[in-house]
Amino acid sequence: MLEIIQKPWPWYISGPLIALIMYLLLRQGKDFGMSNNLRTMCSIVGAGKTSSFFRFDWKAQIWNLLVVLGTIIGGFIAHFCLSDGTPPAINNASIADLQALGIIDKLQGYMPDSLFLFDGSLFQFLLLSIGGLLIGFGTRYAGGCSSGHAISGLSNFQLPSLIAVIGFFIGGIIMIHFIFPLIF
Amino acid sequence: MKQLKFVLIGILFGIILYKSEAASWYRIYEMFQFRSFHMYGIIGTALTTAILIVQIIKRKNVKDTNGLPIQFIDKKKSITRYLLGGTIFGLGWALTGACPGPMFALLGAGYWTLAIVLIFALIGTWIYGLLQNKLPH
Repeated sequence: MLEIIQKPWPWYISGPLIALIMYLLLRQGKDFGMSNNLRTMCSIVGAGKTSSFFRFDWKAQIWNLLVVLGTIIGGFIAHFCLSDGTPPAINNASIADLQALGIIDKLQGYMPDSLFLFDGSLFQFLLLSIGGLLIGFGTRYAGGCSSGHAISGLSNFQLPSLIAVIGFFIGGIIMIHFIFPLIF
Repeated sequence: MKQLKFVLIGILFGIILYKSEAASWYRIYEMFQFRSFHMYGIIGTALTTAILIVQIIKRKNVKDTNGLPIQFIDKKKSITRYLLGGTIFGLGWALTGACPGPMFALLGAGYWTLAIVLIFALIGTWIYGLLQNKLPH
């Protein structure tokens, strides 16, 4: 049994389980949306002094911060107890592209070391920090992220969420097809 | 102790994100290349299941654990903010491979460089808050 769990989980198991998370939160009277936590964290460290956007009762969002805490613990458990270290079995054409860009030599680990194993280079720092800025700014501007729009919003047939998800893909395609060849 | 269930839901969520590989940069890269079914399978089955859940809740008037009706709030109609914001988010998602859920699961998995992504995501959110009234929505 543990061996099966330690293998990467197939998509047809993982997808319904993500929907189960949404259900569990709805049953608690809460909405499934992770990016709200970024706003809450800004409020806690005093962003309310600079913008009314951050002046709200963040204590009412503590439940969501507890979900964040759990997600961190879950990542720890999954990585250190429930994984056999098999790299994601991505397709060969993508592997070849990553090698051509110089991002990987061969496929290993859960993430490419050249991007996520910090080597002190300015390039790596810029990549991670600009990526973070885009995520934080974009998700709040769009009013949600992959969980709030792609799962919660779309499942309730919200047109704004469909537009946001189309945006996610426009951005992703621009980054990988046009910007990656320029920066790598 | 009543709040402990949220930690437990989060733990389950973190394990699912990591084990499904939805938190892997490689999978996001491949997704935006449209070369693999894996991520579309995850999103597709998550969404299909979620649609069923929402429909059942609405039709059967399922209550939450406090006995209150479960409410779904419609998102404000607009195109600009969702399209522009979504595109900016997509650029960051593809660059770092992490969105606001997987970011935390990866931190727990020991990829501490995600802390850089998180700190700048907070700064990005803050910048949005400062500029909110000047941006087209």
